[in-house]
Amino acid sequence: MSIIIYIAVMAGVTYLIRMLPFAFFQKKIKSVFVKSFLYYVPYAVLSAMTIPAILYSTGNIITAAAGTLAAFILAYFDLPLIVVALAASAAVFAAGLFF
Amino acid sequence: MRKKSDFILGLTHGIPIGLGYLSVSFGFGIMAVQSGLSVIEAFIISLTNLTSAGQVQGVNVIAAGGTFIEMAVVQLVINIRYSLMALSLSQKLDEKFTLPYRMLAAYGITDEIFAVCSSYKGSIKPSYMFGIISISTVGWVSGTALGAAAGEILPQSLTAALGIVLYGMFVAIIVPPARKYRSILFVVMLAALLSIAAKYFLSFLSGGFAIILCAVIASAFGALLFPKREEDDT
Repeated sequence: MSIIIYIAVMAGVTYLIRMLPFAFFQKKIKSVFVKSFLYYVPYAVLSAMTIPAILYSTGNIITAAAGTLAAFILAYFDLPLIVVALAASAAVFAAGLFF
Repeated sequence: MRKKSDFILGLTHGIPIGLGYLSVSFGFGIMAVQSGLSVIEAFIISLTNLTSAGQVQGVNVIAAGGTFIEMAVVQLVINIRYSLMALSLSQKLDEKFTLPYRMLAAYGITDEIFAVCSSYKGSIKPSYMFGIISISTVGWVSGTALGAAAGEILPQSLTAALGIVLYGMFVAIIVPPARKYRSILFVVMLAALLSIAAKYFLSFLSGGFAIILCAVIASAFGALLFPKREEDDT
């Protein structure tokens, strides 16, 4: 029974965090600073989430480095998301055969 | 027909997310069962939360017999970054995004769905976002159930390789614009440097909190040094 309450608290808090700003912030922002800030947020969030965490994502820093390198090279040449993502994974798998 | 094609476009764009979630949530399922939860409970947690770090910490709180207050605070700190993402996305929504749709789609604001939505050119239609959310949720929930039920059926070499899928997708999202715009390159580099510093020198910060801090500082510097002038959707 108490596990259900735990889950309800978890889900409730997580949902409100997402829903309140998303549903009730409907006006367009005018401030150039705030607009620029929000424009950069996605890139900053993704970068901070990826580096350095990507190097620990496989449990072996060498295979992860191989995957990271593959991802950066292919992304530099503007390949589609799914190609980059799976190639990174394939590089990890391949490196894992040796290290 | 327009509506349907937007939904399908969303499904297509969500495939890498669904695949990545399938592998990541597989690990979550294994971990939840090891912490004493049942398969059904792990499944319900994934279905109602749709988040990785928050769920892992949530299961730790349950396993440690923490209080409900502690659970609420842990979720707040780890997941507060979604508020920032929600705010950012709210500026990109199509007129069709009425309040009920917003309340529904808010459920699916995750790091990855946010990333794909914000790299989408133009305004976001509800059907497009629901497409991404659908396939991602299917991946997340079924991966959890499989992981919880079957335990470690996949060889370790394969689960390790799947661990990088989502990060690979992030790289694919940030590198092309960083190559093109000096402003984005600056923000991305600053955020990465701050994140490295936070990881090795401020390791007492929780992962979710460290990320929001790095992102806020890097974006604020970006906005100060490279204010965005026109309305163009680059």
